Amino acid sequence: MAATASLPNPTTFSSSSLTRRHHRQPSPSTTTFTPTKQPSSFKPLISLSPTLIRHASVIPYVTNPTSSSSSPSSSPPATSFHGHCYVVRDNIDTDQIIPAEYLTLVPSKPDEYKKLGSYALIGLPESYTTRFIEPGQYSTKYPIIIAGDNFGCGSSREHAPVALGAAGVVAVVAESYARIFFRNSVATGEIYPLESEVRVCDECRTGDVVTIELGESRLVNHTTGKEYKLKPIGDAGPVIEAGGIFAYARKAGMIPA
Amino acid sequence: MATSSFISSQPSFHIPIPKQNKPSTKIMAVKTGMTMTEKIFARASERTKLSPGENVWVNVDVLMTHDVCGPGVIGVFKKEFGDDAKVWDREKVVIIPDHYIFTSDERANRNVDIIRDFSNEQNIKYFYDITDRSNFKANPDYKGVCHIALAQEGHCRPGEILVGTDSHTCTAGAFGQFATGIGNTDAGFVLGTGKLLLKVPPTLRFVLDGEMPDYLLAKDLILQIIGEISVSGATYKAMEFVGTTIESLSMEERMTLCNMAIEAGGKNGIVPADATTFKYLEGKTSLSHEPVYSDAQAGYVAEYRIDVTKLEPLVAKPNSPDNRGLARECKDVKLDRVYIGSCTGGKTEDFLAAARVLLASGDKVKVPTYIVPATQKVWMDLYTLPVPGSGGKTCSQIFEQAGCNSPNSPSCGACMGGPLDTYARMNEPQASLLVNY
Repeated sequence: MAATASLPNPTTFSSSSLTRRHHRQPSPSTTTFTPTKQPSSFKPLISLSPTLIRHASVIPYVTNPTSSSSSPSSSPPATSFHGHCYVVRDNIDTDQIIPAEYLTLVPSKPDEYKKLGSYALIGLPESYTTRFIEPGQYSTKYPIIIAGDNFGCGSSREHAPVALGAAGVVAVVAESYARIFFRNSVATGEIYPLESEVRVCDECRTGDVVTIELGESRLVNHTTGKEYKLKPIGDAGPVIEAGGIFAYARKAGMIPA
Repeated sequence: MATSSFISSQPSFHIPIPKQNKPSTKIMAVKTGMTMTEKIFARASERTKLSPGENVWVNVDVLMTHDVCGPGVIGVFKKEFGDDAKVWDREKVVIIPDHYIFTSDERANRNVDIIRDFSNEQNIKYFYDITDRSNFKANPDYKGVCHIALAQEGHCRPGEILVGTDSHTCTAGAFGQFATGIGNTDAGFVLGTGKLLLKVPPTLRFVLDGEMPDYLLAKDLILQIIGEISVSGATYKAMEFVGTTIESLSMEERMTLCNMAIEAGGKNGIVPADATTFKYLEGKTSLSHEPVYSDAQAGYVAEYRIDVTKLEPLVAKPNSPDNRGLARECKDVKLDRVYIGSCTGGKTEDFLAAARVLLASGDKVKVPTYIVPATQKVWMDLYTLPVPGSGGKTCSQIFEQAGCNSPNSPSCGACMGGPLDTYARMNEPQASLLVNY
């Protein structure tokens, strides 16, 4: 008998997302699109206001997010992320982030979502002597990834930012991103994709304790004592701030609330 | 392996001339022109004019998904729009199982069942189903690799917007349309609304001129370009391919070119529609379509000019598509196997080209050589089309005589890896020449 895609308790799934998506009751209405304004009256994008972001504060050694029982909308807004960082180089492609053989796992199924997390960055070459996730574990000790250029290049697989988010990554600070990966990160709200002004990956080492101050666009490496300016989030800000593409579209009146 | 002698000279690749957007201080300013990509965005967002960098909601003409991402897309769709929600247009969704098909992996098989159940529930018009995995020919609806199937089934049309849950969706840009890859969440959104929020990309222009030498294929052209601009050289940009060489290319060759736009980080690849395009489309689609063309005064980020007569066959060496090398400089690299297939290199013309090389060589292959046609139609062509200059032999005959493995079931196959029992999958480190990317 074919298994159909069912979604037990969406709250469990969404609580592991970086940006809390509000649990919605399934609407019985059809999905007729009823625009309330012309596309040309698209609101000018505002710059990011971190106090509006609904994140939980991140504590060091992020525990398995799916075990959290807190309801998404009751989490206080956070303005910073803190924890150990994991450093990778340039051109980390989606096959290194989540190898193709694991793509039979469907991200919208909670148990498979969790499994995806356990395979995050398992495709990195052996030159990365420190594993991102210990064998047998489902989540990582490193909630923050520091990367070089073109992070997330390759495939359009949304499983990539999903696996990182499921593993407990809250933010990536990269020199630059590949387009589809960045888009998927924003649309899902799984991880916060930040850009650095300089090659932070050359100055940080895996295991360094870092803090990202979102409001000040600042990365602090407590282990080295150095600070770095981060680039403003740009056009993706309002989408991230709203909580992903669906929340943003509802706010903009593009789809019924 | 090629029999012609090569011109031993530096490839002609002009230093890019950054073209500034027209200054707005022009006296009697005429409306600044738009590139064809910008025009497609304008039409799709019901605007008369827009500029790169703007974020617009566009109407999507076709949404494609396959067995790997389909279940996730469906999950998002049902979660966000409700279990009883209907797709925005049952005729604009094309669902194509092609990635992990011929495998005993239970989850992979389940994923095809999921997209079938959804297609039935939603009465999706275009679902290219496969139920008998033991014999692909027993499945009349099954096509194979999604990007080739989209073209062969007439879903690619000039001027339209096509999005798909696969990075190589950019292949369809060969038809003069905007086509790009998106993730499950974006696709779930399109499934419910028929719209997508996209940023208008600026365009890189590649002008390829000169008569295409018979020892080159479009694959060499795009490897030349990727090697020049790097795997992030086209990030967030459109790659527009024009010039006399482009005009001489077949649709399949244009598809190869656009297919690898993503390997340069490109948002999309695009070729203006012309007589070749319209001829290909004859009999494939009944939907009306209106091509668009870049204005003469359109602005480009940069323009690259290439004289193809100065190019040589290329390879992309491990481990990056931009690690460009001359094929003749790699002739002593020992290979363990050869794989001919995928959306890039598994089309009919790719196999015809391979067959001609093997025919000219007259030798047997020295390593296991795997043949994986992209679609059922390509598979048929291998067994029916005569190879030019062979005295009436088919590709399959030439491959057999050369000692290649028999053509296998059409699908993405081992290109992406997939489940461990995928045909021709490399399960330990080996040197493989992939005639894809």
